[in-house]
Amino acid sequence: MPTKTYVQTTINGEQVEFLCEPRQSLLECLRDILHLTGTKEGCNDGNCGACTVNMDGRIVCSCLVLGVEANGKEIGTIEGVATPKGLHPLQLAFLEGAALQCGICTPGFIVASKALLEQNPRPTEQEIRFWLANNLCRCTGYDKIVRAVMDAANRMEAAKR
Amino acid sequence: MTSTYERNVVLSSKTFDVVGTRPVRHDGHEKVTGAAKYGADLYPTGVLFGKVLRSPHAHAKIKSIDTSAAEKHPGVLAVVTAKDFPIKGGDQVIKVGEGTANIKYLQDAVMATDKALFKGHPIAGVAAVNVHVAEEALALIKVDYEVLPSVLTAVDAMKPGAPIIHPQLRTDALGDTKKDNPTNIDGHVLHKMGDADAGFKRADVVVEREFNTATVHQGYIEPHNTTVNWGRDGRVYVWQSTQGPFDIRDATAKILGLSDSMVKLTPLEIGGGFGGKFSPYGTPVAALLSKKTGRPVKIIMTRQEDLEATGPTPGSYIKVKIGATKEGKITAATAYMAYESGAYPESFVGLGAMAIFAPYDIANVTIEGFGAICNKPSTAAYRAPGATNAEFASETVIDEIARKLKVDPIDFRLLNAAKEGTRRADGPVYPKIGCVEVLEAMKNHPHYKAPLKGKNIGRGVAVGWWINAGLQSACTITVNPDGTCGLVEGSPDIGGSRTAISMQAAEALGIPVEDIRPQVVSTDEVGFTAGTGGSRVTFATGWAAYEAAQDVKRQMITRAATIWDVPAESLKMEKGVVMSKMDSELKMTFKHLAGELNGTGGPIVGRGTVDPKGVGPAFAGDIVDVEVDPETGKTTIKRFTVVQDVGKAIHPSYVEGQLQGGSVQGIGWALNEEYFMTPEGRMANSTLLDYRMPTALDLPLIDTVLVEVANPGHPFGVRGVGEVNIVPPPAAIANAISQAVGVRMEVLPMKPGAVMEAIWKSGKNGNGAKLASAAKAATATNGKKTTKK
Repeated sequence: MPTKTYVQTTINGEQVEFLCEPRQSLLECLRDILHLTGTKEGCNDGNCGACTVNMDGRIVCSCLVLGVEANGKEIGTIEGVATPKGLHPLQLAFLEGAALQCGICTPGFIVASKALLEQNPRPTEQEIRFWLANNLCRCTGYDKIVRAVMDAANRMEAAKR
Repeated sequence: MTSTYERNVVLSSKTFDVVGTRPVRHDGHEKVTGAAKYGADLYPTGVLFGKVLRSPHAHAKIKSIDTSAAEKHPGVLAVVTAKDFPIKGGDQVIKVGEGTANIKYLQDAVMATDKALFKGHPIAGVAAVNVHVAEEALALIKVDYEVLPSVLTAVDAMKPGAPIIHPQLRTDALGDTKKDNPTNIDGHVLHKMGDADAGFKRADVVVEREFNTATVHQGYIEPHNTTVNWGRDGRVYVWQSTQGPFDIRDATAKILGLSDSMVKLTPLEIGGGFGGKFSPYGTPVAALLSKKTGRPVKIIMTRQEDLEATGPTPGSYIKVKIGATKEGKITAATAYMAYESGAYPESFVGLGAMAIFAPYDIANVTIEGFGAICNKPSTAAYRAPGATNAEFASETVIDEIARKLKVDPIDFRLLNAAKEGTRRADGPVYPKIGCVEVLEAMKNHPHYKAPLKGKNIGRGVAVGWWINAGLQSACTITVNPDGTCGLVEGSPDIGGSRTAISMQAAEALGIPVEDIRPQVVSTDEVGFTAGTGGSRVTFATGWAAYEAAQDVKRQMITRAATIWDVPAESLKMEKGVVMSKMDSELKMTFKHLAGELNGTGGPIVGRGTVDPKGVGPAFAGDIVDVEVDPETGKTTIKRFTVVQDVGKAIHPSYVEGQLQGGSVQGIGWALNEEYFMTPEGRMANSTLLDYRMPTALDLPLIDTVLVEVANPGHPFGVRGVGEVNIVPPPAAIANAISQAVGVRMEVLPMKPGAVMEAIWKSGKNGNGAKLASAAKAATATNGKKTTKK
């Protein structure tokens, strides 16, 4: 009897197929099977946000989603945030604003912040803090992260004009 | 907030071309795109996944281990227990990294031999085709335990009749007569200066208080990880994220019975450490599993394992007594300190004892400290280890004395501040330090002058000291034909240090920092470099890079001399141009000269090695405004400013980041974080939901002031900046709570329940009675909302 299930999904706009055990989380599938290691494991129980990915327009902790649940879904990971044309304004703002220290939480913060700016292009400081409250960072004290998200919002607004 | 002042200020003493600027870090692009490889991101061909069976008991004799069913489980390739470790029993003190360690304890901590000493202590390791199969196998291992009584705090462990954890342990400290009775006390320090009793007699005000602080964890977001391949050549190849590649190399080799260089450790990117990533933990286990299977083995801890079985920093009991004259001069100070060591000897009480009165010039001091073994994981360093506990206690008492004397708390500290020439109670005399400058910058800060508005709002201040480390570092710089340079160093980059190191080399060479290509390499490829800790990397490895750059400079000058056929002494190199001291026409850029190496002597490699002595102690101070909800006891940080003497900020953005991050860890320690232990010794809150670290929503922006009092012991004046900032927040917040609701907090964390308890207790002696009765009324209404707006 086969132990693995066939999954067909879309990751960063590309159609992807893989086999996984039903008990494997999406995080495990991304990392251990597809080797998309930009998505990080920090706690494996939904409390740190390091594994945040976008699933059909919502941000989820990929450790709390089963790999088989990705079937037919659109998944967005950190690897899909930059385009061949260059970095996303959030990535530039994080870089120039020194909004990362060790960098392990950074992919989760960028994926989560991108979803925020897509639905709220001009968030207040408090709205950013509320949105990012499920993403833990132990290095920065969040100051430069919050400012980088505000900076990215400004950059994106300016680019529209 | 409507104020228009600068949130981040650098009070510069000297400016440079590269040092002090804010370039994009070299590893930045990889880290914002998910391309950077961290410890867990490596998948060598044929890799197996390891899991560790851990003791469910805090203290238990291991009577037998039966691994037969696990070994037969499909998908399992190997099982190891303590029996598989080559070195058996017996005390043997060995050199590891820069320090010494007892091999028995080292090995025992990695895999329990005869007793489990804490809940989470490794008992067996399994390698399987995936983690799920490995987990299934763990459930098949049968262990027969005889549960023993456990002891969980230093104070309890020191009581007569406490369960003895290491029967062979004897207190052995400098100046003590070695006693022959079994004990849990593994460390004892005593510092005496002047005559404390006489000093107290001259005091007009004396305050004495007792403090208890909870065990806390470093809380890095990346769990411990290791991938090991026992090579067919007999060498052990390790890839992992660690703060101390050489420390892990040496410890792993010793545990495996190998000479140090038989282990090659390649550090991958590291997802935080804060002092917690210096111990080998799973590395020797994965090595033995790899030896048995002939395949690479990867072990990644779960968050629960990380919290239950890796280095918390000690909980403590501290009693502090300080006396001062009515003019505000401190006449005497005494402290009694008891720190838990965890399961194995490794006490941070020594550092705590150095720290407790370090910001002050006090003539009469007695400090006595004890470290005690208890049934918790072996304690590990955590950002200025030992100091936060200590200075929470002393800075609270200092504040209380200032208030009693009706002296401004910053002025009181200035009256007693340590300066160049002040002797610390443990012996050393301060070189040039910035304690006074930090206090003055605090006093001048708009935050300190801003009016406080509203009820139950308070403002507190505190300062902190940390020793900082020097230690060995090595660096090489190679010159490329296009005028760029490769820079090789051995300090895992935990927060932008590659760039801070490269900036020092670039400054010395007079080239842009973008032209330096830094790399952190394995233990085979760089000279011994002590770990990323002790606030030492930008100071010591940066200095090694500076020395390597000087070496490159000398060689470049020699080449120019050869080309021009002039004596090398007649040339100099400034701002990236080699030129004649006499003939202003005779010059060549670094870049041009770099293209001329072939044929003038070949490649240029500059070397720098240091073992620096000129370490500059660090001071930081906080101003914090809090609001305390008198109905729930919840404290909210309304405004926070951190001021620190950084010597010279090489990359101010990343220095600010250290101040902000350290402050927020201090805030977490102050308000939320603790190991909540059941009476049986299990951690009841071993998830990041329940081990409650600060989130973005809990905090305001953290304003910074970088004071630059150049450290004369470094070419650019650098002091370490990483650690001291965690020290003052708990005391500053406690002092703010006291201003807000009139109670002195004597515990960490100052969680809502603890604040309520303090409010109720104070009601008894009339102090804060109104609040206490309001709080009691609030409780009595039991859910019915009182009139609070």
